[in-house]
Amino acid sequence: MRIIAVCGSGIGTSAILKVNAERALGRLGLTAVVDASDLASIAVAASDAQVVLTSTELAAAVRTALGRSHAEIIEVVNYFDVEEISGKLEESLG
Amino acid sequence: MTTPSLPDAAVLLGARVDDWRQAVRESGRALTRAGATRDEYTERMIGVIEEFGAYVVIAPGLALAHARPGSDVLHEGLSVVTLATPVDFGHPHNDPVRVVIGLAVANAEEHVASVARLANVFNDEQVIARIAEARTADEVRALLGLGVPSGEPGGDGLGAHA
Repeated sequence: MRIIAVCGSGIGTSAILKVNAERALGRLGLTAVVDASDLASIAVAASDAQVVLTSTELAAAVRTALGRSHAEIIEVVNYFDVEEISGKLEESLG
Repeated sequence: MTTPSLPDAAVLLGARVDDWRQAVRESGRALTRAGATRDEYTERMIGVIEEFGAYVVIAPGLALAHARPGSDVLHEGLSVVTLATPVDFGHPHNDPVRVVIGLAVANAEEHVASVARLANVFNDEQVIARIAEARTADEVRALLGLGVPSGEPGGDGLGAHA
């Protein structure tokens, strides 16, 4: 399974999201590769991904950029809240 | 790898700003004072928010101001600015912002360690409020688990306006 964490610049916020998504997956006992990406390269990065994690603020832009990809977009409000991230991942993947 | 540090020049406590642009500008100035960036980087951090919106407000009360690596980044650096009066960035859930962390990275690969460290620190939900209320640069460093750079005296709270 592959998960992409995306932000505007591909550094900073997406990297934090990646770190905490890995923590959330660990709590859920799930294994997945989590990569960080920027919006400009999301279509390629997410071509074989099941889930794209991003901010509510960026969700619309991500949806447009993804086009026909089958990846599900999960909007995260608090990037440091592993509870929130694991709850949303569980709902999506469970 | 050297231990990440936060120089006094990179900390500004109780800044008075009127809007998010001024808040981000202060975080960029702090990075520049610390020798991590040139002024152009500050404008690029503002540009990221103008282009993509307030997604940099990644948790309640906390903005992570940053832009892509570039020639205006002299070395990797962090800055911490706390606001006397919180300001809105336009985020639907996480406004108003009390703490702005400025982040500059020289290349996309090298910053993972410092970002992972930040993620560790802020997974404690109390930390944002504690940083917002910090009175000295030493308190901020202690909360973030960062050291004083070699060559600075440290321990005397320089850079704070308490």
